[in-house]
Amino acid sequence: MSKQVTLTIDGKQITVAEGMGLADAAKLVGIDIPVFCHHPKLEPVGMCRMCLVEIGRPMRDRATGQFVMENGAPKIQFMPKLETACTNKVEEGMVVLTQTQSAKAKDGQKGTVEFLLTSHPLDCPICDKGGECPLQNLTMAHGPGKSRFLYDEKLHLEKQKPLGELIFLDQERCIQCARCIRFQDEIVGDSVIGFDERARATQIVSFSNPGFDSVFSGNTTDICPVGALTTADFRFGARPWELDAQASICTQCPVGCNTTLNTRREAKAGGDIVVKRVMPRQNEEVNEIWICDKGRFAYHYAESNKRLANPMVRTDGKLGSTSWEVATKLAAEQFLKAKKDFVILASGRLANEDLFNLKLLAEQSEGKAYLYSHMAGGELTSLVGVSEGTNFGKMGTGTTIVVVASDLYQEAPIWYLRVKQAAKRGANLVVVNPRKTKLEKYAASAVRYAYGDEVKTITDLNKKDKVGEALTSAENLVILYGSEGLGVSDSAAVASACAKLLQETNHTGKPNNGLIGVWERANDQGAWEMGFEVAEDLITLLKGKTVYIVGADLAADDPKLGAVLEGAEFVVVQDVMETTTTELADVVLPAQAFTEREGTLTSGERRVQRFYAAVPVTGDSKPDFAITSQIAHHMGTSLEGTFVSTVFDMLTNAVKSFAGLNYAKLAEVKEQLPIVGRGDLYYGGTTYENKHGLGAHLSAAATPQETVSIPEVRKEAALHPKENELLAVPVTRLYDRGTTVLPAELLHKRIGALSISLHPDAAQNLGVQAGQTVNVSFNGTSGEAVVKVDDTVPAGVALIPRSMGLAIHEPVAVQVKL
Amino acid sequence: MAHILLRHREIPNLNQLNVYKENGGLEAFKNAVTRMKPNEVTDVVKNANLRGRGGAGFPTGMKWSFIDNKNWPHYIVANADESEPGTFKDREIMEGNPFQFLEGLMLASYAVGANASYIYLRGEFWDIGDSLDAQIAELEAEGYLGEKLFGTDYSLRLYTHLGAGAYICGEETALLESLEGKRGQPRNRPPFPPAVGLYGKPTIINNVETFTNVPMILAKGADWYKTMGTADSPGVKIFSLSGRVNKPGNYELPLGTTFRELIYTHGGGVIDDRKVKAIMPAGASSSLIMVDDEKILDTPMDYATVRTLKADLGSASVIIIDETVSLDWLINKTVHFFKHESCGKCTPCREGTYWMSHLTERIHGGHGTKADVDLLLNVAKQIQGKCLCALGEFSTMAVVTSIERSRQDFDRVVQA
Repeated sequence: MSKQVTLTIDGKQITVAEGMGLADAAKLVGIDIPVFCHHPKLEPVGMCRMCLVEIGRPMRDRATGQFVMENGAPKIQFMPKLETACTNKVEEGMVVLTQTQSAKAKDGQKGTVEFLLTSHPLDCPICDKGGECPLQNLTMAHGPGKSRFLYDEKLHLEKQKPLGELIFLDQERCIQCARCIRFQDEIVGDSVIGFDERARATQIVSFSNPGFDSVFSGNTTDICPVGALTTADFRFGARPWELDAQASICTQCPVGCNTTLNTRREAKAGGDIVVKRVMPRQNEEVNEIWICDKGRFAYHYAESNKRLANPMVRTDGKLGSTSWEVATKLAAEQFLKAKKDFVILASGRLANEDLFNLKLLAEQSEGKAYLYSHMAGGELTSLVGVSEGTNFGKMGTGTTIVVVASDLYQEAPIWYLRVKQAAKRGANLVVVNPRKTKLEKYAASAVRYAYGDEVKTITDLNKKDKVGEALTSAENLVILYGSEGLGVSDSAAVASACAKLLQETNHTGKPNNGLIGVWERANDQGAWEMGFEVAEDLITLLKGKTVYIVGADLAADDPKLGAVLEGAEFVVVQDVMETTTTELADVVLPAQAFTEREGTLTSGERRVQRFYAAVPVTGDSKPDFAITSQIAHHMGTSLEGTFVSTVFDMLTNAVKSFAGLNYAKLAEVKEQLPIVGRGDLYYGGTTYENKHGLGAHLSAAATPQETVSIPEVRKEAALHPKENELLAVPVTRLYDRGTTVLPAELLHKRIGALSISLHPDAAQNLGVQAGQTVNVSFNGTSGEAVVKVDDTVPAGVALIPRSMGLAIHEPVAVQVKL
Repeated sequence: MAHILLRHREIPNLNQLNVYKENGGLEAFKNAVTRMKPNEVTDVVKNANLRGRGGAGFPTGMKWSFIDNKNWPHYIVANADESEPGTFKDREIMEGNPFQFLEGLMLASYAVGANASYIYLRGEFWDIGDSLDAQIAELEAEGYLGEKLFGTDYSLRLYTHLGAGAYICGEETALLESLEGKRGQPRNRPPFPPAVGLYGKPTIINNVETFTNVPMILAKGADWYKTMGTADSPGVKIFSLSGRVNKPGNYELPLGTTFRELIYTHGGGVIDDRKVKAIMPAGASSSLIMVDDEKILDTPMDYATVRTLKADLGSASVIIIDETVSLDWLINKTVHFFKHESCGKCTPCREGTYWMSHLTERIHGGHGTKADVDLLLNVAKQIQGKCLCALGEFSTMAVVTSIERSRQDFDRVVQA
């Protein structure tokens, strides 16, 4: 435990850890010193001068260094001036008088509020922050009741200044606390906003292109202590007191950020209850109080007008609405008829309960269930994955974090933040990637390899002096691997090589050690735990079969897969909305979106978390597990189809790593520090307090004593493109044209068109320039892409983002022409 | 008496290296590096009781001895941001006697073990920056700067850096931020620069005039230096005299010289032989000394005695105000300056100077009331003691003292 110091605040004696700021220490004993610029996640700056208090320190004799005693106690010498509680750290014997004990402090704070309000517009009745605004609250608590500043002399500035298309600034409301700037500088490392001008002309500006170019920008609106920063999505959308709040989990990536869905009944939506905004919900072990902009803005797909409302069957070549009874019965008959030719293809977007029922359906019939993913190796993340007690937030000196073949900023933004902060606390970060990524700036070592050489590179990692030392001598070792430039078999090989490293260096089966897959979807890890596999060759797998596709749009991802489906025996597609794939189906089954139902998801860190229903269901749609249950019923077997909790109980009995969990346990909470959140607007963040569950880790499959068998994977030699070709590799971008992203129109500018990133030399050789449209072709597939020139791309390589319209599943040799 | 700092007034072309050397220049530095230990240099400065000439009057040798010797490297920074309205002494030094300033900076660098030292110049001193660069190059060419000086293990390089035109960058921590390439805004103190300074390393920051004293102290000794000035404030000081006097300018005089001597013996008296009404001894940041009694002019100008008049000597930029000046006009000017120069970091200064400027404008424009004057005084006091750095504090000095000490100037212009 760190050194403790004892001090007195307003007569209360408290003992806290050395190094703590006074404002935070006071908060621990229930004394709220008002703050604006101070935020417990940011370094104190003492700018706003709101937390002024009187501070006395024990006097020391200059000659001896001993305390000067008076009446048996050290004599306290008070400073002549008020001091800021945020920047002063606790000291032994310190005596602090806050606004409740000191008239001087009270007066000082009142003065600060009055100063702030001289330039503040007082447009609370039309302000988005009104109702959850620290300035409003602290004015009521500590400010003067009346302004002495002449109203006519108030500054008038721009009220709706876009910092980018996602975030707007109201210059009049800004109180120059710099929380947003400091968040971007200190927490994110994207220094894309700053102050311009000085004195009363000081304003926030963005100097990036596009404006406010950071995937974390929305968080600045949460921590803004006034209504200066608002999101384009929520601004003018609703008053905070009209909103209901439901706990949820973000389904956009494997991090599993805890969120709160704010909902309201709305005339604009025909009297329906709709989601108005997605807010972070505090979980210090997962996402702290942050979420990325994709998680914040992409939820709109759930209210898309392409949502499926009724079951449909194809008659005379046309899809037409029908009853659940007819549709599920037809599907069941076909599944039974298919016998061994029955294939289930499930998305990692589904809840654990959906996947479990699908897995059981496959087992109870003669079919087989597959996970639809471009990435493999999950049987190893189950075996040597992280378990109970694992927390990026506590990692620091002694921990080595290796990130392999992943651009974390794009693939799992919150993990990028967490890994970056761990490195700042002293964790040894090793980034192993074929090109430079944003995370590399914070790495102790960067290992670069040529696309195709990943397995050899990973295998040799512990032979490299500095890196090898970091791996072998580390107390804890976490390896995150992604799918940068990898196909399915490549990623399986990478997973295997990483698992071997962990095993060889004795870093398995204990907390804060293990392998983490940077998956494509939120619940891929859950599917792997249940024994789903990924098919390497979907075309062969699906050809002529009876297929039950759940939550996947294969035909849009790859037209070749669409062609295969057209030739399949029978196709049942279950999804939340109309897709290219549902158009090819014989039976279409409408599923509920995550906002409409409850369930659990397993994050990449193997944490199982609950999400809850927030809005009414769309049409006649049902939760996936219930639909599967109904089909099973018609197939003559039985699957739970009513209660999620019952399915979850069955899951914990059937799957070893889920043993010991139960549905109620996932909803347990405990006190989290720092104290932020809705219930207490003290720090001014509008982050939600976590009242609905912190989730629980799956157990460690492999204890250190157990020998884990890791498959030997042979990796084929890298592709060698011909002279007129480039090696095109698939990479993952945060904003893509996926089913759950594209309906959010706000993000369209950021998604952009399909791009191809080339090294400047490659672009020159091809005679193309940035912004030009080129034709990319390989193996009979071709498409148009906009050229991006990027000197971090290796020469001879072209980066092609996934899910942007050009189906590239693994590295291929491509021809690029103007 | 011959000048000690403004020696170029007697010695032509002192800004040329050979002339400076012919007049004993750089001997103190060479002697220190080859024959003295670094702390011995500090001890001499300490013994001379040289006090900082930037405004605060902090003992220089003591500041140097505060440098954290457990943390390296060390830096020395010369504050050449001279921006206080009414102060124009550093400019004359750097133009007329630059090598003496540079030698002082080099001696300080040696004393604290700095191998790289910086001169932070206000942006408008770009021409001085050019000439200092040339002079530094000359010193390098002649072996006074560079690696392993005079065959010892000591190396030193000097660099100039131009600011971008902000008054706040004269505040030492804002200066450091600006020097690091960041926005020029003050840091929280503590920690103080001798512990955590430039790039987080121990740093000593002194004013140009302070450094310029050092070579003479090293050459002639602390005892010689203490024969000038007062016991509390030894040595000479350049007084930048301006305002309603016949001969404004820089006057190098022993500390403790009286206001009367400065104004009448050197400054040629007040224009049109009018009466001195008030004195601002430290530029726009001054508290006003009201000269309602002629005897006040006989006060010696040293750090301690000026304080007995409830004002500070500061950088000794003495602005003379006569009966033609109404104080409502005066503080309207000073408040506008501070409103313009507030860095905007802390609330009381950013909002308070803005508010005060509205009030002074209203009062001076004849639209104010007695209540506005009361409010102005109240707002100024509401700023005091609450700001992050001294700028906000400075903005209130003239306001509070002029209203409290000469309320009639305001009552005269306000509406009944």
